[in-house]
Amino acid sequence: MTRHIRESGVRAGRLDTENVQANFTDLHPPYDPHEAVVAADRCYFCHDAPCMTACPTSIDIPLFIRQIATGTPDAAAKTILEQNILGGMCARVCPTETLCEEVCVRETAEGKPVEIGRLQRFATDTLMDKDVHPFERASETGKKVAVVGAGPAGLSAAHRLAMLGHNVVVFESRPKGGGLNEFGIAAYKSTNDFAQQELDWLLSIGGIEMRYGQALGDAISLPSLQQDFDAVFLGMGLSAVNALSLDGEDTANVSDAVSFISDLRQADDLTALPIGRRVVVIGGGMTAVDAGVQAKLLGAEDVTIVYRRGQSAMAASAFEQDLAQQKGVRLICNAAPVGIEGHGKLTGVTFAYTEVQGGKLVTTDETFTLPADQLFKAIGQTLGDMPEALTLAGRKISVDDAGQTNVPGVWAGGDCASGGDDLTVTAVAEGRDAAMDIHATLMGAN
Amino acid sequence: MADLTTNFVGIKSPNPFWLASAPPTDKEYNVRRAFEAGWGGVVWKTLGAEGPPVVNVNGPRYGAVWGADRRLLGLNNIELITDRPLSVNLEEMTRVKKDYPDRALIASVMVPCEEDAWKEIIPRIAETGCDGFELNFGCPHGMAERGMGSAVGQVPEYIEMVTRWCKEATDLPVIVKLTPNITNILNPAQAAKDGGADAVSLINTINSITSVNLDSMSPEPMIDGKGTHGGYCGPAVKPIALNMVAEIARSSGTRGMPISGIGGVTTWRDAAEFIALGAGNVQVCTAAMTYGFKVVQEMISGLSQWMDENGHTSVESIVGRAVPNVTDWQYLNLNHVTKARISQDDCIKCGRCFAACEDTSHQAITMSEDRVFEVQDDECVACNLCVNVCPVENCITMETLPAGMVDERTGKTVSDDYANWTTHPNNPGATAAE
Ligand SMILES: Cc1cc2nc3c(=O)[nH]c(=O)nc-3n(C[C@H](O)[C@H](O)[C@H](O)COP(=O)(O)OP(=O)(O)OC[C@H]3O[C@@H](n4cnc5c(N)ncnc54)[C@H](O)[C@@H]3O)c2cc1C
Ligand SMILES: Cc1cc2nc3c(=O)[nH]c(=O)nc-3n(C[C@H](O)[C@H](O)[C@H](O)COP(=O)(O)O)c2cc1C
Ligand code: SF4
Repeated sequence: MTRHIRESGVRAGRLDTENVQANFTDLHPPYDPHEAVVAADRCYFCHDAPCMTACPTSIDIPLFIRQIATGTPDAAAKTILEQNILGGMCARVCPTETLCEEVCVRETAEGKPVEIGRLQRFATDTLMDKDVHPFERASETGKKVAVVGAGPAGLSAAHRLAMLGHNVVVFESRPKGGGLNEFGIAAYKSTNDFAQQELDWLLSIGGIEMRYGQALGDAISLPSLQQDFDAVFLGMGLSAVNALSLDGEDTANVSDAVSFISDLRQADDLTALPIGRRVVVIGGGMTAVDAGVQAKLLGAEDVTIVYRRGQSAMAASAFEQDLAQQKGVRLICNAAPVGIEGHGKLTGVTFAYTEVQGGKLVTTDETFTLPADQLFKAIGQTLGDMPEALTLAGRKISVDDAGQTNVPGVWAGGDCASGGDDLTVTAVAEGRDAAMDIHATLMGAN
Repeated sequence: MADLTTNFVGIKSPNPFWLASAPPTDKEYNVRRAFEAGWGGVVWKTLGAEGPPVVNVNGPRYGAVWGADRRLLGLNNIELITDRPLSVNLEEMTRVKKDYPDRALIASVMVPCEEDAWKEIIPRIAETGCDGFELNFGCPHGMAERGMGSAVGQVPEYIEMVTRWCKEATDLPVIVKLTPNITNILNPAQAAKDGGADAVSLINTINSITSVNLDSMSPEPMIDGKGTHGGYCGPAVKPIALNMVAEIARSSGTRGMPISGIGGVTTWRDAAEFIALGAGNVQVCTAAMTYGFKVVQEMISGLSQWMDENGHTSVESIVGRAVPNVTDWQYLNLNHVTKARISQDDCIKCGRCFAACEDTSHQAITMSEDRVFEVQDDECVACNLCVNVCPVENCITMETLPAGMVDERTGKTVSDDYANWTTHPNNPGATAAE
């Protein structure tokens, strides 16, 4: 049905099934065993390795790579999963170019790091394909912990708590778990329904009860959780989005990039997903790139990402910027939106060039209009409504190093909590560390 | 997880990985950190007699051989035994053993070849609480010139004599460390056994010159324009060590004697191979010197994964498993026929197999104009050279011809009867098969 490709408006079926499938295959395809051994061979087994320090979950990277090199990928997987139970997802989605691989000594030596992310995927896939769960629960402690949110932070906390012998109930507002692993991550990073597979595999440790469709602030309240459980962990992520505050923002086909991506991730048939011919994305982070690239892969003819500051200030990594450009997405920097055109039917977006004056970003009088039949806003997610008792730090729940909030017995981690980057791997680390602190507190060690 | 604990001649350790007597075990600081990293035991750096300690050179002690990507394949050293005072070593050993009662601590010893010297020092060292002794008859440089180390290890009568003295001086297990710088490893091993040794450990380092500096025209490592032969160790020496271990494990005189396997152990697999050939445990030096103490963690996880996957419940149950399959050439089955097979799916068309077979083997590989490489069964003698030079693992494999098939090279029908050289018609000394 390629006849739609040059039709204006927001339409389904711009590309046929075959092309869409080809477009949405793995961004970083899995290694075969031979490739994995060749790649593993490049690791120098550094002492006090920089990659390990750069990983927010501190995976023992030299050790797991050596375990791959010596033909024991299962042992490698265990080394990874001991530190990061979502090591499979992180292998797919971590911006390794700004984490472990950035500091790899072979990046220094040859400008070509050991491909840690793909090696991690090889190890975790090998183990998970055998449907082996390498951890066992400790004997039951009789303690009950409530976890709010089934995203990376909540799942990481739940797994660690269950492993330590506590009984965990996870309250998740959506009908499905995984958080942004399921609803946010670009489709070409998590193929073959990996988020749900990983969730099922994680839950196979036992001791975790999932309650879907139950939202804090709606069916449940913080005081009720505090009453029914020995401890509470909040991992609700960022459920609200920022607005542009422009007239016409409610025009049809102006929407949040995150809901577009979420629809895309939940679509059974990507050819049935409508996409514009000329798509504009506003923002400069990972979400903007993911929305722009996926719009292009669905068959949009022109996709432009417009960012208000200079390219070096973009939150999306250089790798992601390259990816966008390689897929044919145009990048315009130093321009901010000033008008949504087309009275009730989107026809374009007007931008003004920006400048930094006296340390402040200001718009100039020079403007341009990009024709558009679809506009995605990717200007940041923010905290949804929070229980009143919680103290905020800026726009996040204030927590200490151990993840404790100001309310005794209540911990928080992941995107909703202060500190750390908004990344899957950081959410996993914070969930795990809060679980360790909850455990210490419940068992009387704190 | 498999049980890795071992009991080697009565010495218990949580795993079969010991650090060999060398710089990694030279002092308390190292040994404590090694134990924290997970090593099951250590053989302390060789102790010498009371009095002024030996001195080492003050220039480079090591030379090296590298593989691709500067991977250290072989290391050579001209270091001597410990250059720290005996009393300091003994105090440190006492403290360490007290704090790590579950780990093996073995004292390595080398004193002049005199009865009093050995009989005096052994009881004194035993006071540290060490679990046993290893007699260093292996050091190939420096000490040998003073009538110690390999100078003793190359004379079986001396080995037997000194071992006997030591056995008389202590009830603790005595392990004799053998030098590979001899022609037949069985003679020193037998001597150790005859002297009453509880076990042998091998190999110590091999006499070697790793390279020559062509500017200064001197061997490396070079000290002020001169060099000397040093002891070679690391991955490169493993094949030599494996053979010597296997010979001791399968020969009638020495069979059953406990062996501590040493020489190039770098990964769990190397260790498993030594154990399969009869070693009760392994000792490691170069791998720790190359990668640090942490390298033992891969050895532990790898060995236990392999044991779990193959249903081996204890280290003891794998000791010597491969020994019955080590045989003499004359007993190999001459009716076993194989042919090389090239997987066209895996072939990257480098042509190395062709060059090897065409130029140096049996002209059994053909190359087409579009670089398709194929084995001609009527020429292939199954030498395995193409397999070994192919850069792609498992691209070329050896296929066994089933009985009844005709070997196109010889024109003979393959038989599944076993027949070896001892009965072969071309063998003038052949005995007719029953
Ligand atoms: C489009 C997009 C792409 C991204 N790509 C990457 C990437 O490639 N790599 C990377 O490392 N990071 C990426 N991120 C960031 C990453 O997804 C997040 O940092 C991570 O998911 C945070 O985990 P979390 O558990 O804190 O929150 P979330 O994943 O947001 O999970 C929170 C969960 O809580 C539930 N919830 C919310 N409110 C309530 C409530 N009141 N009651 C009950 N449940 C509730 C939500 O439904 C959700 O399931 C991306 C983010 C976005 C938006
Ligand atoms: C620098 C160095 C010093 C050594 N010193 C001793 C020693 O004092 N006593 C001894 O018995 N062996 C000594 N060895 C030999 C080792 O214990 C070991 O037998 C040999 O290195 C082979 O093992 P490897 O291949 O794991 O290194 C030394 C080896 C090296 C590299
Ligand atoms: S390893 Fe290097 S720095 Fe350390 S003692 Fe030897 S030469 Fe000196």
